[in-house]
Amino acid sequence: MVEHSYNLYLLLSAILFTIGAIGVITRRNGIIVFMCIELMLNAANLAFISATGIQKALEGMIFVFFVMTVAAAEAAVGLAIFVMIFRLKGTISVDEMNLLKG
Amino acid sequence: MMDDLSLVMPEVVLCGFGLLLLLIEAFLGEKSKSLLGILTLIAASSALFFVLRLSRLNGEAFFGLYSLDPLASLIKGLILVILVLITVASIRYVERENAIAGEYYPLLIFSTLGMMIMVSTTNLLTIFIGVELMSISVYVLCGMFRENVRSAEASLKYFLLGAFASAFLVYGISLLYGSTGSLDIRAYSEAISAGNYSSVLMLGVALITVGFAFKIALVPFHMWTPDVYEGAPTSVTAFMAAGVKTAAFVTFLRIFYTAFLPVIKDWGGVLWLIAVITMSYANLTALVQENIKRMLAYSSIAHAGYILVAFVTGERSLSSSIIYYLFAYAFMNIGAFTCVMLMERKGEENLDIDSYAGLSGKHPLLSLCLSIFLLSLTGVPPLAGFMAKFYVFSTAIKAGYVWLAIIGVLNSVVAAYYYLRVIMYMYFKEPVKEIGEIDLSSPYFLVVFICIFFLLYLGIFPRDLTLLAEGAVSVFF
Amino acid sequence: MKEYLGILIIILLSSLVAILIVGISYFLGERKPKKVKLLPYECGMTTIGPSRRRISVKYYIFAMLFLIFDIEVLFMYPWAVITKDLKLFGFVEMFIFIVILLIGYFYVWRKGALEWE
Repeated sequence: MVEHSYNLYLLLSAILFTIGAIGVITRRNGIIVFMCIELMLNAANLAFISATGIQKALEGMIFVFFVMTVAAAEAAVGLAIFVMIFRLKGTISVDEMNLLKG
Repeated sequence: MMDDLSLVMPEVVLCGFGLLLLLIEAFLGEKSKSLLGILTLIAASSALFFVLRLSRLNGEAFFGLYSLDPLASLIKGLILVILVLITVASIRYVERENAIAGEYYPLLIFSTLGMMIMVSTTNLLTIFIGVELMSISVYVLCGMFRENVRSAEASLKYFLLGAFASAFLVYGISLLYGSTGSLDIRAYSEAISAGNYSSVLMLGVALITVGFAFKIALVPFHMWTPDVYEGAPTSVTAFMAAGVKTAAFVTFLRIFYTAFLPVIKDWGGVLWLIAVITMSYANLTALVQENIKRMLAYSSIAHAGYILVAFVTGERSLSSSIIYYLFAYAFMNIGAFTCVMLMERKGEENLDIDSYAGLSGKHPLLSLCLSIFLLSLTGVPPLAGFMAKFYVFSTAIKAGYVWLAIIGVLNSVVAAYYYLRVIMYMYFKEPVKEIGEIDLSSPYFLVVFICIFFLLYLGIFPRDLTLLAEGAVSVFF
Repeated sequence: MKEYLGILIIILLSSLVAILIVGISYFLGERKPKKVKLLPYECGMTTIGPSRRRISVKYYIFAMLFLIFDIEVLFMYPWAVITKDLKLFGFVEMFIFIVILLIGYFYVWRKGALEWE
């Protein structure tokens, strides 16, 4: 029973991860791309929490704490970078990032 | 508790200095920049002192979350030397390019700290923290020219793709944890030898591979590399090419050679293909680059491909060639990028290869130094680049991957064209345009001479380093 | 499926009650529409200006800082649960952690990120 529900949770997390990954590839607005990355990280969190249920070990829960902290740090740095880009270019669309080409 | 702390002394010292520098920068402001550079040097050398003092120790600390072994000590030494070299080269560079803020040095220290953490552990949680500490600091470092659009774009690209790669890494770790119930990579090797080949475990390994392939820029996960290397401040580019790649590759090596060696054997075909594509694509694209930073970026992708040639073989005893290559690679790249830093000046960047035309007439010493680095990148004896390539390809041949070695050698021949083209421009071509005054101050040349010294030393007496590297990779047995 | 039956009953009951309350007042109540009554309800105040303005970047800086310092508290929960077992060791570790946070706070403060103007 536990094993079965673990597989279901894993499936859900895989679906979330895939939605996030597709979003990263298809979306053009930088902020939305970043939100999709956050979705992928949270899919991993879900996988960790559900794995903790069947593995009877707590490391997974601890890992989730760290993933959340890292996600927050990434969000802070990311927002700062977006603000910098917006000041310089007036847009944060990833299609407009075309100065560097070879 | 005290024993644990004594094992992590290098990291503690570096972290303490990083925080101190952050405070000094905040309270003293702009005028503290040169002081910060000197303090960074003190931090790096005291951390190096502790690394050397602990280098004979083996041990675990903090409930197995951190482990010290010969591999960790060796690579930490290399990473700290890289930090020292980059800092010395940066002292004048930061002064010259006023745009760089004082946070530059603390960020360098923190990303070095991340690298040191990620190479000296067998626990995926600690690896993850190290990778992120390193990456987040480097995202900011790339955008250090706040008024420069190219730098900002490089920062954004690196940030989005780096975070994307981290998501793959974390999801892979979560699947590994789900299938084995442990975060320690040694547990995975037990699980695999006990016959756990569940699809969840294999998917986890694949996702972790993708995550690291982004960080070390293997084709087809290399898209960010040329753009970011070109847009970032050149000192940061050198730091990324040497430091980030070394740390990521060693961690990748440790994870795979400790835990997933049977998997390497099973997936030999895929990794073989990635190695071939990485080398060939990067070398062919580098041929048509006009910007020297982009050219060196593609060359760094190609070098990752050469290292992968040795990695694919899955021979634990031969993996010392990878360590040797990483050492040679770090010194060649720092040297070459330092020469590029000398050439580019504030305002107008002499980054296209045309501006190197006829350089030998005006600046014979600089052209000679750059030529040495380019020859080492090509793989000309007696420089370290030659020995590194020799070890890597002979590893492939010994392990029976003859075709891979042949493709690698052919690739080095192709690569020789674009390295030698720059040398040809410098010595046999008339100057195309006026490049103006070049800031030939001593810190740059100190770095350049140290790099040349190491390249010659490692190239002529490779035995010293190979012995150390063999000792280091013995941790995989 | 049995354990979900209760939820189903609650959903049905609560929808029934909601429909009843709204429906009774709809059918029995008296309606005298006026202009003020038909305005959209926004916390009792009339709206000033368009609602889709660009928001000042200052809010983002505060949001970033809040996010970082807020999430660090997360680590204190598991620590607080076993702080007695960890004895002095745990106390010192958490003390170091908070000192590092404080250094970050001082940095932010000195850099003027906490000034609104």
